[in-house]
Amino acid sequence: MDTQVELGVRLGISLALLVLAYFTGAAVERRHYASIRKRELRWRSLPAITFRSVPPSWKVTESGLITGSVVISVDYFKRFLAGLRAIFGGRIKAYESLLDRARREALMRLKQQAVEGGYHAIVNVRLETCRMANAGNSESIAGLEVLAFGTGVKLLNAP
Amino acid sequence: MILSNTETVPGKQITRFFGVVSGSTVRAKHIGKDIMAGFKNIVGGELKAYTELIAEAREDAVGRMVREAESLGANAVVNIRFSTSSVAQGAAELFAYGTAVTVE
Repeated sequence: MDTQVELGVRLGISLALLVLAYFTGAAVERRHYASIRKRELRWRSLPAITFRSVPPSWKVTESGLITGSVVISVDYFKRFLAGLRAIFGGRIKAYESLLDRARREALMRLKQQAVEGGYHAIVNVRLETCRMANAGNSESIAGLEVLAFGTGVKLLNAP
Repeated sequence: MILSNTETVPGKQITRFFGVVSGSTVRAKHIGKDIMAGFKNIVGGELKAYTELIAEAREDAVGRMVREAESLGANAVVNIRFSTSSVAQGAAELFAYGTAVTVE
């Protein structure tokens, strides 16, 4: 009898967490995408290119290293879905959108640093992703870190 | 000190090479931050405490690299690369390396 009650409580907590995560996770993602799109529009005029060197027509006066990074986590509901997917195989959309958000956010932070530093463009942009594990539990992911870095340049003939 | 992840400093000439310089730091996460992150792990979203921790650590690694370059007499570090690795559970190494040069 006692074990049945305990099992019920555990299932109840898990279900409550799933429902909570389903709603909050979706809301957090929607808000994040709205904010990313707004910034992407605002900084469209600041070119960030992946070329290894500066295009020859640009006259550079000053340059410096800039970085932007973010650590982001997936919600409980999506992690549960991903767990199911791992059994049957196939695309895990929940993680695709997580990585997409993280990369775009890191790029926007890179651009923000460029704007704050007074740079007109960013060259040799690179993106790196790293998984952060939880202390004491290597199986669960604490978060994903995405780092965007590049060289900011000040130009005489700003594009 | 001019820092750049391109192979040369844009608009300048490299006159002397000093070789590879690097800086690294190993950081563990704060237990309080871990609890907060545990909550964020349920609802999803950015783990701000970790973002700040890692950014700070990376600045530290870059600072060490810059000091090494200064001690060699360089005035710039080019072709900078970053790498992050989990050395132990709950701890991460932030590593920055590049080539120390003199530019004119």
